[in-house]
Amino acid sequence: MSTEKTINLRVNGREETATIPPHRTLLEALRGLGHVDVKCGCEKGDCGACAVLVDGEAVDSCLTLAQSAEGREITTLQGLGTPEAPHPLQQSFAELGAAQCGYCTPGMIIASESLLRKNPAPSDEELRIALSGNLCRCTGYVKIFEAVQAAAAVMRQTGETK
Amino acid sequence: MTAHDTIQPNLRFSQVGKSLTRTDAPGKAMGRTPYAGDYVMPGMLHAKVLRADIASARLKRLDVSKARALPGVVCVLTAADMPDRTIATDIPGQTGRDRLKTEQQILIKERVRYFGEPLALIAAESADIAEKARRLIEFELEPIPGVYSPEEALAPGAPVVQGTDNVVSTHKIRKGDTDAGFAEADMIVENTYVTPFQEHAFLEPEAGLAWVDENEVITIRVCTQVIEHFRAVADAIGVPHNKVRIMGAMVGGGFGGKEDVTVETYLAILAQKTRRPVRLEFTREDSFVGHGNRHSMTLKYRTGVKRDGKITALDVQILADAGAYVYLSPYVLLYSAVNAPGPYRVENLNVHARAVATNNMFTSAFRGFGGLQAAAGYEQQMDEVANAISMDRLEFRRRNYLQTGDPISTGFVPPSAIWTEKCADLAWEALGDPTPSEGPVKIGRGIGAFQQSYGRLTFLHDTSEAWVGIEMDGTVTVRSGVTDIGAGQASSLAQIAAEILGVTLPNVTVYNSDSQVTPLAGTTTATRALYMTGNAARLAAEAVRERLAEVAAEKFGVDVAQIGMEFNRVFVTDDSAKGMTIADLVKLAASRGVHRSELAIFRAPFTDVLDPETGQGQAHPDYAYGAHAIEVAVDTETGEVKVLKSVAAHDVGQCINRAAVEGQIHGGVQNGLGYALTEEMLYKEGRLMTPSFSEYLMPTAMDMPPVESIILESRSGLGPFGSKGIGEPSMTPVPPAVANAIADAIGVRVFEMPITPERIWRALEAARG
Ligand code: FES
Ligand code: FES
Repeated sequence: MSTEKTINLRVNGREETATIPPHRTLLEALRGLGHVDVKCGCEKGDCGACAVLVDGEAVDSCLTLAQSAEGREITTLQGLGTPEAPHPLQQSFAELGAAQCGYCTPGMIIASESLLRKNPAPSDEELRIALSGNLCRCTGYVKIFEAVQAAAAVMRQTGETK
Repeated sequence: MTAHDTIQPNLRFSQVGKSLTRTDAPGKAMGRTPYAGDYVMPGMLHAKVLRADIASARLKRLDVSKARALPGVVCVLTAADMPDRTIATDIPGQTGRDRLKTEQQILIKERVRYFGEPLALIAAESADIAEKARRLIEFELEPIPGVYSPEEALAPGAPVVQGTDNVVSTHKIRKGDTDAGFAEADMIVENTYVTPFQEHAFLEPEAGLAWVDENEVITIRVCTQVIEHFRAVADAIGVPHNKVRIMGAMVGGGFGGKEDVTVETYLAILAQKTRRPVRLEFTREDSFVGHGNRHSMTLKYRTGVKRDGKITALDVQILADAGAYVYLSPYVLLYSAVNAPGPYRVENLNVHARAVATNNMFTSAFRGFGGLQAAAGYEQQMDEVANAISMDRLEFRRRNYLQTGDPISTGFVPPSAIWTEKCADLAWEALGDPTPSEGPVKIGRGIGAFQQSYGRLTFLHDTSEAWVGIEMDGTVTVRSGVTDIGAGQASSLAQIAAEILGVTLPNVTVYNSDSQVTPLAGTTTATRALYMTGNAARLAAEAVRERLAEVAAEKFGVDVAQIGMEFNRVFVTDDSAKGMTIADLVKLAASRGVHRSELAIFRAPFTDVLDPETGQGQAHPDYAYGAHAIEVAVDTETGEVKVLKSVAAHDVGQCINRAAVEGQIHGGVQNGLGYALTEEMLYKEGRLMTPSFSEYLMPTAMDMPPVESIILESRSGLGPFGSKGIGEPSMTPVPPAVANAIADAIGVRVFEMPITPERIWRALEAARG
């Protein structure tokens, strides 16, 4: 039988605690804590809707055990920006029509942010590869590519990428 | 350009037609838009569904005692606990027409008809406990012979899936004299095309939360395209219609897959039984077997043609796999029949279409709704006929295109412009210089022209309502039941209201998708939301505008016709110094007791059904036309296909939001490429072998070609400002364009989709002899 354990998770810069069994995924734990901006599309690592940043790197939270994320920096889409101060990716996704139903959007923006942190000026090919684990059924990815490149340009200008 | 070119050429817009940021976009980009699965309530239970793992069987034993005994389990339901409950699977209607006989058992009583059919419902204190309980249920299914293809189902003595025989629906279209037409032909070309099942693969699996409120109303928060299902759910659980309330949420993709009832009935029953809030979210695997897929069809085309390219006769035989329950099969099939000849003049026509029950997953609505399968038939056949008479494929089409004012297959004359020819020529031209073939990699090009209706079948007597009101500060509220499935359905209502009332888009807020609070708008299906609800919002906004304009005209001492409203100001058109803010105008109007809101209803044309023998009459309000051009590279050694170029040309009538139109086109291309090339639902004796995204492959970011959109605006459509619709049309021409490009590249045709490397390789082998 599983034994529950209380763990500390640092989500979007705030300490939170969750009491969970060992098999609980990070996806379930985050949603259980109210971070429902992390979406569930398959629970198998096939769709990327559940992506979050763990120490700056995009991971599928459905494939990550919550306990393994203890003590690490977790960022969900909401952690990237606020309505008053949106992240350039959030701004460009909204303005350029890159979110249709919006269900893939949290994962898409997280995957894009992870890419841009490593590669502030991705080529078209690099961008496609980086987003190839994130499925979208609405946009054909076309406006998503446009939005990421537009945000990348803004971020290069404002020096937001390191 | 024809006489029916852009009508209303002088229309000038301040809000409509632009790529404005959609009202729903910021919430999504910020991660602040709640979806149905995101809602929780205190004391909420978690539900699971137990499903049959054999497609055709008899239920011998079902023992839920261990599951019921598990601590934390609150409720386990089987058919024995609710003996006579069924749900109608027919088209949801705000119509006067009777339903078809389409009752389906909610839970398996005795007979299992498809793989995944629900056996039991569980509600427990946690999802873990519910899942454990699901595994504790013991059941025994005794396999019985089933039928797994329409051909098998039609064979004499075949097992009957339900009722008295396996034919679910038949449609006929008879026009002119096909015998004479074929006799007159120089050549007769006959081919059979096979189209596959397809999964909607929306990213959001079905989910919902239900509770019984203080007024004994069973309230269901759910992702659906159709909040009007509250009636079907109420009938199924035996309560009055006004005691079920469906509240939508932003839908994480629909494409027709959330058009039928999915989780609603289960939720309603569990909430009613436990009197606690209950949440149910399908897993991805549940979702694959939890809603009807696209009908696989076999389309047999026989075309008589003259050497000069005139089509003298066409005979089309269509056989569709309806799966285990009827659902929307009769209507899907009707779309296939009506669209069987495509956007071409065919004077001598014979169409015979049948949908047949099998023990495969039931099939129902999917973007294109039978019209898409027909396009796969007629457009591949157009290429084959052109090749047979050695005529250029576009030239052959040019000699046969319907032109504005021509009747379609049913004898009905679409009231709007038919710009297929212009669209096809533009799309083809935009492919530019051909990419050169290199070694075994061959380049090919294909065109797909199409006809696709917008608006529901006119015999359904479709209506839609919207309410528009303006506040004292000049902001506008729209209330309408319309469900938003991600195409910007709510935002386009806002854009329409903003245009008419002279305010800017951020000043409009839309409240939508609540079956008991917002005026019922009808379904978000059939490319009808803009046409129907857009018109309702237009009518409501116009009524409010008229009253406000009268107040302004009196104030400025001018004629109402001289009043302009734009960018939150009202002014005298030829003396713009005379004006004030809309907010001040509303306050002035309010001080005089002027009615500042309006509830409007829009009615589509109402007709009778088509003539059952000849199929003549009106089936739809109107049709959209356009074309898609594709260039592919095919590796003839491996059979691998790469789509190099994709150009869409559509007459959308009038864009409401240009970026949203482009977005629909891009998504339609993705759906269409997957359908043509990679998406395959493999069944083994009815058992789905591909219930995940690692087995069922839709195009990823790596697979998508660049897409060019050529958007024409004839302003001739029946929607607001002359708009038509783009939801379904964007996808319809893509699969045949791909198929035609591949055939062009390799010199042989693969007659069955998806056109996988293996099928290409086999076709090449066969051609090599
Ligand atoms: S939910 Fe994690 S990858 Fe799909
Ligand atoms: S916007 Fe709907 S899945 Fe991407």
